[in-house]
Amino acid sequence: MKIEIKRYTSEPEIKEEVLAYEVELEDPTLLEVLNHIKTTQDSSLSFSSGCRSSVCGSCSMRVNGREVLACAYKVQEGDMIEPLKNVPVIRDLVVDMEKAYSMNVRAKAWLEGSSEVALSPEDEKRNERQSDCIMCGSCYSACPVYAVNGEFLGPFALTRVWRYVSDGREEGEEAKIHTIQSNGVWDCTLCNECTLVCPQDISSKADIEKLRATSAQYGFMDPNFGSFGGDFGFDGSPSF
Amino acid sequence: MNNYKTDVLIIGAGGAGLVAALNAHKSGAKVTVLTKEYPTRAQTSMAQGGINAALANAGADSVEDHIQNTLKSAQGLANEEAVRLMCNEALEAVAWLDSIGVPFSRTKESKIAQRTLGGASAPRACYAQDYTGLKILHTLYDRAMAEGIEIKNERYLLNFITNKDKHEKSYACGATVLNIRTGEVETYEAKSVIVATGGYSKIYHKHSTNAKGSTGDGIAAAIRAGARLSDMEFIQFHPTALKNSSILISESARGAGGHLLNSKGERFVDELLPRDQVARAINDQIQAGEEVFLDIRHLGEEFIMEQLPQERKLAKLYENVDPVSDLIPIKPVAHYTMGGIEVDKNSHTKLKGLFAAGECANHKVHGANRLGGNSLLELIVFGKQAGENAAAWAQKFDSPIETDEQTISAQNFVKGVKYFTNQIDFYQKHQFMGNIFYNNAGISKDEMGLKAVLGAIRQIQKEIPFMGPKDKSKIYNTNLIDFIEFGNMVELCEIILVCMISRNESRGAHYRSDIPKPNDMAYKAHTITWKEDGVLCADFME
Repeated sequence: MKIEIKRYTSEPEIKEEVLAYEVELEDPTLLEVLNHIKTTQDSSLSFSSGCRSSVCGSCSMRVNGREVLACAYKVQEGDMIEPLKNVPVIRDLVVDMEKAYSMNVRAKAWLEGSSEVALSPEDEKRNERQSDCIMCGSCYSACPVYAVNGEFLGPFALTRVWRYVSDGREEGEEAKIHTIQSNGVWDCTLCNECTLVCPQDISSKADIEKLRATSAQYGFMDPNFGSFGGDFGFDGSPSF
Repeated sequence: MNNYKTDVLIIGAGGAGLVAALNAHKSGAKVTVLTKEYPTRAQTSMAQGGINAALANAGADSVEDHIQNTLKSAQGLANEEAVRLMCNEALEAVAWLDSIGVPFSRTKESKIAQRTLGGASAPRACYAQDYTGLKILHTLYDRAMAEGIEIKNERYLLNFITNKDKHEKSYACGATVLNIRTGEVETYEAKSVIVATGGYSKIYHKHSTNAKGSTGDGIAAAIRAGARLSDMEFIQFHPTALKNSSILISESARGAGGHLLNSKGERFVDELLPRDQVARAINDQIQAGEEVFLDIRHLGEEFIMEQLPQERKLAKLYENVDPVSDLIPIKPVAHYTMGGIEVDKNSHTKLKGLFAAGECANHKVHGANRLGGNSLLELIVFGKQAGENAAAWAQKFDSPIETDEQTISAQNFVKGVKYFTNQIDFYQKHQFMGNIFYNNAGISKDEMGLKAVLGAIRQIQKEIPFMGPKDKSKIYNTNLIDFIEFGNMVELCEIILVCMISRNESRGAHYRSDIPKPNDMAYKAHTITWKEDGVLCADFME
């Protein structure tokens, strides 16, 4: 089968090109194909990988414009492979995740203060799915808000905040909610792209909605409301 | 420009590295953590089964039973004092994980849920569905972020920096590191160093459950720097990996009542025996021409979706079988390396100032065969110990640190390796090495086969200058990293084979078909290896 890979290098100067590769493998995952190319055809092909079982989050990339984990995607004839979007490309399919990861720190996505509470199986279920997150970054790549506002905390960081806010052991819920008001929960357009690309079936959109409801309980309001009277929305268009 | 200073330098940001970092930080030290990937991508994320602690939440249990199960499985090669410490501290370790927010599964009585793994007399493994390692690792990472711990990603360890004191005794005081993103050598000066780089199962290439990074970098660097290794021949084969892809199917599948069947549909072994025995029984079947399957169909779809969702997804993806309705084809593959850097009861290696924790270290708690659920436990208990002791060492440290010579040597290495001639493909050699190791230095081995593999490895060592990376670029050169990892693995392979050949007996995971019985008189001792002027030395010691 034939696939195309978008290559990028900055050495000696910036160069981008799409190269085609021919491989003979039976029903392979994309990661198997990439490994095959690297070890037998083109040792300069650069990509990240780790566990090959969808838990380390290393091999996220895009196929035909859609975010996937290379280890969990079965290659089709003619597939076009590209790096994630909305993130600096270091080389070929390798991207720099530092900024997306730093959003966890800005969002203070950790247990603020711990109380000794006995959690039930129902408590466990409240954030079981959210704590499956592998931080592969697919959601940041797909997020149209993050694409235009690099300060937006973004999907996985907000899911992580919900994962702790919803935890019965969390004593610092209010502080957490304060942290996510600006460039946070209200900036999301609820477009649901993050949900559609998540390999762990997490819906950051749904988590953001839950965080909005909790924010409202603490007296926070959607800043996009209350702008009647000829004010302008964030994109410059009049909002009514 | 590329020179950094810290108190405690930690190489590796998996479970052990992060626990060490949190504890060294708590002790007041300035901590810098380096990882060749990102923290949450570490091997720890793959641990599924659980973390052992005798909480007795799901049935009667005691710390003493945990100790006795661990000692029994270790086949005489564990240090009882270390095992007692680990099992005693297990309760506190799990309580600490609970306090920082690990989302453990819960019982109806609102306690941490526990399940039975092989070799355990009680349901003792605390778990978070089948994502135990992932959820522990991510929670540790969040904690490290909360504490403001400095973690530098995509830094690859080249060598530990050592200086000599006035008695000509070496001490560790930093490391040379390749910044993968820039291709530049960086030098880290530190008052103490902790190595937490994981195991070396990837010597078996595709015959291993492990992630790409389990290449033994820290262990190879440690023996080069003057530390000693121990029990390197003890390599655990996990009984149930998917046949074609070596993807792990957790022991919890058998713990929950899964059966092992041969092609005739017959059960042939008690599925809950320790891993070494189950792996050998499966291997015997395969050698006799049988195919072997894991059968969890009778557990029902609801149970499988609740307890083993990952396994179901992976079996479908890689083998096109649905465990709810189909048999899962399996084989045993390399999973965990019991051997590693020798440490004392303070997690201190033979090289002063160098501490070790996690799979790369040998705290002598697993002996000849590790129990499921004890590796996550080990990295919490001994990661803490290593972190505290490295911080204490750093506080008292007042020796000079001279790094120029070793920095230049590292720079020359990185430059020079790109001029290797490339007439031999090292990727092919790695694959070859994995195959001959799996077949002759794996689950079952004999002297003839081992000596043949040793001959092949020594030949590969000679050929290394004719290999090298094809890619000569600086920025994010994974071909170069793959090659340096390969070099580390070849270095370890020789050591492992020498240990396998020297141990003329069978014990736990080390099974010699030519000498199938243990010999306590001669070999109830640890295999110690070190290098003197670059020459490998080996001996048995208590």
